[in-house]
Amino acid sequence: MTITKKVLLLFPKSETEKPIVYHLVKDYDLIVNIFRAKVTPEEYGYLVLDLTGSEENIRNGLDFVKSFHVEINEADRGIRWDEKKCIQCGNCLSHCPTEALYISDPETRKIDYNEDKCVQCLSCIENCPYGACSSIF
Amino acid sequence: MKTYEEINRKIEKGTAVVLTADEIIDYVDKKGLDKAAEEVDVVTTATFGPMCSSGCFLNFGHSKPKIRITEAWIDDVLCYSGIAAVDVYLGATQLRHNDPANMYYPGEFISGGGHVIEKLVKGEKCQLFALSYGTDDYPRKEIRTWFDINDLNQAIMVNPRNCYQNYNVAINCSDKTVYTYLGILKPNMENLTYSSAGQLSPLLNDPLYETIGIGSSVWLAGSRGHVHAEGTQHCPTAERTANDVPVEGAGTLGLTADMKKMKGEYVRGVSLKGYGVSLSLGVGIPIPVLNREILKRTTVRNREIEACVIDYSHDYQNKTGNVIAKVNYEDLMKNNVTISGKKVEVSSMSSYSKALEIAEILKDEIKRGDFPLAVPGQRLPVSQGMKGLEIRREK
Repeated sequence: MTITKKVLLLFPKSETEKPIVYHLVKDYDLIVNIFRAKVTPEEYGYLVLDLTGSEENIRNGLDFVKSFHVEINEADRGIRWDEKKCIQCGNCLSHCPTEALYISDPETRKIDYNEDKCVQCLSCIENCPYGACSSIF
Repeated sequence: MKTYEEINRKIEKGTAVVLTADEIIDYVDKKGLDKAAEEVDVVTTATFGPMCSSGCFLNFGHSKPKIRITEAWIDDVLCYSGIAAVDVYLGATQLRHNDPANMYYPGEFISGGGHVIEKLVKGEKCQLFALSYGTDDYPRKEIRTWFDINDLNQAIMVNPRNCYQNYNVAINCSDKTVYTYLGILKPNMENLTYSSAGQLSPLLNDPLYETIGIGSSVWLAGSRGHVHAEGTQHCPTAERTANDVPVEGAGTLGLTADMKKMKGEYVRGVSLKGYGVSLSLGVGIPIPVLNREILKRTTVRNREIEACVIDYSHDYQNKTGNVIAKVNYEDLMKNNVTISGKKVEVSSMSSYSKALEIAEILKDEIKRGDFPLAVPGQRLPVSQGMKGLEIRREK
């Protein structure tokens, strides 16, 4: 069965020149959709991406990534929405292209954030008047 | 027919029947207007959103030796100090000293007056820096100290213009992004922003100012305050629909309350990219059900309230008077707006969710007997217009 998994890869300084994504595609038959990346020599780097393929191939691919001491984060994937800072105005709604920020209850018009749908365009960060959206890097 | 005195007696006894402006719609539908007017004593209205014309008077108390402050900054935000020795006025839209503003367009405006006011209400420490020329009786010329709201003798919020009755819906017809006080507007009418709590909003439930007047009690960010004056730019002669509800700004309120009794979650600093800073406030206003007509007006629904869509890339700044379209709040809240055959994505600057929360809190306070109503001493003007500013070449 084909599944899609969104992961955040954090690269140590020494690994940034290795063509990891190439191997994920070529050797593990994974479809890679990169949302955000900063991979600079001599610096820590990051890559936020969707991996689509069989469960086994994704698991093996991520094991391969781990062998380079790349840190894999599946819980925190780069964008944070702070419910306490959010005043539930909904100014973000027309700026979020994928409805990752959405009205969870039409009666009370409460806003919620679905990280799985976020494509890391960063529009919400630029727009939110209350600083409720932020990036971890 | 009921009087303020009768309603207040019930509030005092804890027997007043109170509903929010949201609940009253179905209630009147079910019971009928006459029966509901007999039963219901108060309808609570509320709104939460940026209200730029806000600020506070602060009194610092005297240092030893004394200073007559002539210039003052709190957390690097300039305050007005052309009043008595240690009184200042801190305004919501004042930028922080050295903020690059729009020098690197669009500016970020991370902090300013509104943010300092939020910090004060939350009880956080702020830094005062003040200067003076020195006098015989006030010899000190400079002071720098840390303080919080509890160190102040008074912290009184005095807002010249809050609670706009209705508001423009902003759109951008140009091919470039525009940065406004209603948020970021994408080019070619990609999105629009409205700013009203619609059927919950105070002055939309009392469109002819029959109960909300000068002296009326208001819930201002958790503190019991009152309407101290008509708001600046109060313009009751705006265009109205058949139910007397205006389709543009119209009425406004000057509000005041003790800032020491406010709650931080209803006083929030605002950073608007490319525009500046401001302050968002939560306001709740009770409407006494004095008669069936007053009650009827509180049953106004989102679909019966219209607002004008204005082009903020050209028509707004140039005062052309052009209205792109009129839309109602039901469609706005359902993200169901089509203009010139194009579906437009909707954003809001006003928080309906917070307004609902405030209407409920105020309802509970009145039911508990903690929030008596005040009889307004003066009605808000109902016939005046609004002047523009003429640019004259001679005196």
